[in-house]
Amino acid sequence: MFSDFTAAELTAIFAMQGFAGLILFAVFVLMALGLAIIFGQMKVINMAHGEFMILGAYVTYLTSNAFAQHLPDIFGYYFLFAMVLAFLAAAALGALVEWGMIRFLYHRPLDTLLATWGLSLVMQQSYRSLFGAREVGVVIPDWLRGSYKITDMVEVPISGLFVMAVALAATVIVGLLMYRSRWGKQVRAVVQDRPMAGAVGINTARVDRMTFALGCGIAGIAGSAFTMISSTGPSSGQAYIVDTFLVVVFGGATSLMGTVASAFTISQSQSMLEFFIGGSMAKVMTLLAVVIILMFRPQGLFTLKVRR
Amino acid sequence: MNATNTDFVLAVEGLTVSFDGFRAVDDLSFYVDRNEIRVVIGPNGAGKTTVLDLICGKTAATQGSIKFMNRELTKLSEPDIVKAGVGRKFQTPSVYTDLTVFENLEISYPNSLSVFKSLMFKRDAEVIRHIEETAARIYLSELLHTQADLLSHGQKQWLEIGMLLIQKPQLLMLDEPVAGMSVAERTQTAALLREIAKEHTMIVIEHDMQFVAEIAHKVTVLHQGKILAEGSPEKVKQDPKVIEVYLGH
Amino acid sequence: MPFNSFRDFMSRQDVLAFAVLAVLLIVILPLTLDVMRLNQAGKFLAFGFVAIGLVLCWGYGGILSLGQGVFYGLGGYAMAMFLKLEASTPENTSIQSTPGIPDFMDWNRITELPWFWVPFESFTLSLIAIVVVPSIFAYLIGVAMFKRRVSGVYFAIITQSIAAIMTILIIGQQGFTGGVNGITDLRTLLGWDINTDFADYVLYFVCVALLFVCLFIGQFILKSKVGRVLVAMRGSEDRVRFSGYDVANFKIFVFCTGAAFAGIGGAMFTLQEGFMSPSFVGVVPSIEMVIFCAVGGRLSLVGAVYGALLVNLAKTTFGEAFPELWLFAMGLIFIGVVLGLPNGVAGLYNSYAAGPVDKVLDRLFGSENSDGLKLSQQGATS
Repeated sequence: MFSDFTAAELTAIFAMQGFAGLILFAVFVLMALGLAIIFGQMKVINMAHGEFMILGAYVTYLTSNAFAQHLPDIFGYYFLFAMVLAFLAAAALGALVEWGMIRFLYHRPLDTLLATWGLSLVMQQSYRSLFGAREVGVVIPDWLRGSYKITDMVEVPISGLFVMAVALAATVIVGLLMYRSRWGKQVRAVVQDRPMAGAVGINTARVDRMTFALGCGIAGIAGSAFTMISSTGPSSGQAYIVDTFLVVVFGGATSLMGTVASAFTISQSQSMLEFFIGGSMAKVMTLLAVVIILMFRPQGLFTLKVRR
Repeated sequence: MNATNTDFVLAVEGLTVSFDGFRAVDDLSFYVDRNEIRVVIGPNGAGKTTVLDLICGKTAATQGSIKFMNRELTKLSEPDIVKAGVGRKFQTPSVYTDLTVFENLEISYPNSLSVFKSLMFKRDAEVIRHIEETAARIYLSELLHTQADLLSHGQKQWLEIGMLLIQKPQLLMLDEPVAGMSVAERTQTAALLREIAKEHTMIVIEHDMQFVAEIAHKVTVLHQGKILAEGSPEKVKQDPKVIEVYLGH
Repeated sequence: MPFNSFRDFMSRQDVLAFAVLAVLLIVILPLTLDVMRLNQAGKFLAFGFVAIGLVLCWGYGGILSLGQGVFYGLGGYAMAMFLKLEASTPENTSIQSTPGIPDFMDWNRITELPWFWVPFESFTLSLIAIVVVPSIFAYLIGVAMFKRRVSGVYFAIITQSIAAIMTILIIGQQGFTGGVNGITDLRTLLGWDINTDFADYVLYFVCVALLFVCLFIGQFILKSKVGRVLVAMRGSEDRVRFSGYDVANFKIFVFCTGAAFAGIGGAMFTLQEGFMSPSFVGVVPSIEMVIFCAVGGRLSLVGAVYGALLVNLAKTTFGEAFPELWLFAMGLIFIGVVLGLPNGVAGLYNSYAAGPVDKVLDRLFGSENSDGLKLSQQGATS
């Protein structure tokens, strides 16, 4: 498949596809971070994660409209506010869902999957009733438009660079929260031994709620980033759920770096293959490769051997 | 004991397992005679349970050999090790709580272990006789049709021992068989184990020194994955090293 | 037979449950529904096959597969491919540039029947494929996963991914599969028109008959020692393993059985619907199939059939009456069942109705309990 192109063309193709892959990588990382926190730390499968992301996207859309109407002077900066609002909205809803549903299901992990699937249907229909079935898009502010021209053939869109910066920042913050903060220590304590953590005075119920809310909040930020690269519809989130679950499992489900590395591998191979064999086959090949690797290495790519 | 040193039931040599560099069991060698009750003691984390895990195939050895009746076990799968004649009781009693005592023993009956044979398995007089005999030995005759969940902790321990017995293994490995038992139940269990030793060889992990003295033919003391002392219960009890790391606490 | 008595195979309550279902499906529905509705009920029952299989794998085996749509699709496509080839005679397709191959292949400029279509020219091979292809596929997945002790949520996620891959593949490979529209325009089965009212009746009854075959097979498995080993595995997998069983083989067995049932369901669906498409294969339909099983009761074979009927009925009636609201209703039903009724409709029956029903049966036929006790005592002393 390479023989039809010159070396220069190939380099340019790889550069462009690689960059497109990086944007996909950013969305994967943001989605998977939230899922990995919730799944890896709490063994809860949140099938509505895509819908939490879309909540963030709709909040971003609403914020952009509000700024356009009432604060046109600072419209260019609506996105920063939108990200914060998207995080807060998704986190608040996440806390509510944990309180109303998830906490009853901690000892039945497979059932959380079904219940959150039900939740995802309810959320999708809510979006459809509130915002209509048509996809909506945001107006990208001027400073995020345009692109850097690196060579004649290679140019990179600024919005993509921005989305990546957001993803990396979120990863660093989550990493610090998990491994450097007192709260992160509590979360890890609860994961390792719930009764013991409770016995030493950790409010496990509160830790659970905060963890779930944080995971959902990050999905909200993912939704903000999502508006930069795609338009938003009521069921846009569903398309990402399988991919992100695979990213999480492939990454080993418990390690942050594993999640990032796995998101990178999957998004890049998908994006590279896409140019040569088309979008749908690229996705088939990537997912298939991941599934086959997982069959041989079910613990994921980045896990420690532990005494059980 | 009528065994000679050339006829060991179990010969463990140079057994080592490491988890990410941590040697839970370190170059361990020991030999168990026919119809012997060997008790393994040692402080927490000494590697006692890991040794049983290694013998029954739950954990793979990093190095070394485990010969059971001159057959190498380290290469066999867990069901094959069971079929070779090694039975294992877990530390926390694991019986099938949703099934009755009868059904628990029936599943452990070493017959029709493949899927197809299980489909065609029939509860014939032979099976029922074995189950009733075993139930009588483990003091559960009256409770055959009780759901296992409703048994007391001690009765669950007996049931699990019974589930091993019905397999007719040459070697039984019991991980803390009297944990959580009343004094009366302990006495009964000691009698049961001595009775079992007439036909089987046993490795028992136990903490209760009084119980150990009651049943053990020979005691092996583990410490940090290595053997600290080995010998008769009396000898081991007086060993200064053992007193320091274990009994002294 | 591995049973000492009929009671060991079916308790009185089992017989009652099977009989009530039989009366409902064989007498009541055909007498009360018009042919269109009956055909619809038949299609719901096609999903019942999948739900029965899920009772075995998920309810008893503890394996939650989110990829049952794949097996349903394999069975359905196997049927559809046979019917499509029958419909694509050179005479019928003489206007195509390559007559004698399915129309969608011609549109995609394929000039020769692909190799994997060839076996489906034979009715016998197609019938075999409906059961065998899903089973083999399940076997391969099962060996790869269960031998490495992958289970629980990991298995769920991987099977879900396989469902996703399958859909993308079917949609992407239009020329070989008919793409997103699926395989349509199916008319005759061995020359017999499947789109008449009479055919709808016949196919409905065939579907019911096969459903009962699967129910009896399921009952046999659950009441044999395999069923007890599965229950034991749920409690303590290690204990089963150290009693000498190869746990993986039991999981593979129920998973394959579930896949075979799903394949039969898919084939019956194709026959009654007149087409097969990827919309019954992917992630969403696969999860819905699990929901059928959950609503009916994951531990009840008969319950699973009711689950498939009830959820699909609710979906159709609600969907027709309030198209905007049905997703809401579905979502809330799922959440409600999982939170409030973990054993589904069958669980409700067991908690509230089973006792009184037993009393009525006692009055009619004498007590089963004393009888049952006598039997087991007999067994115990003989």
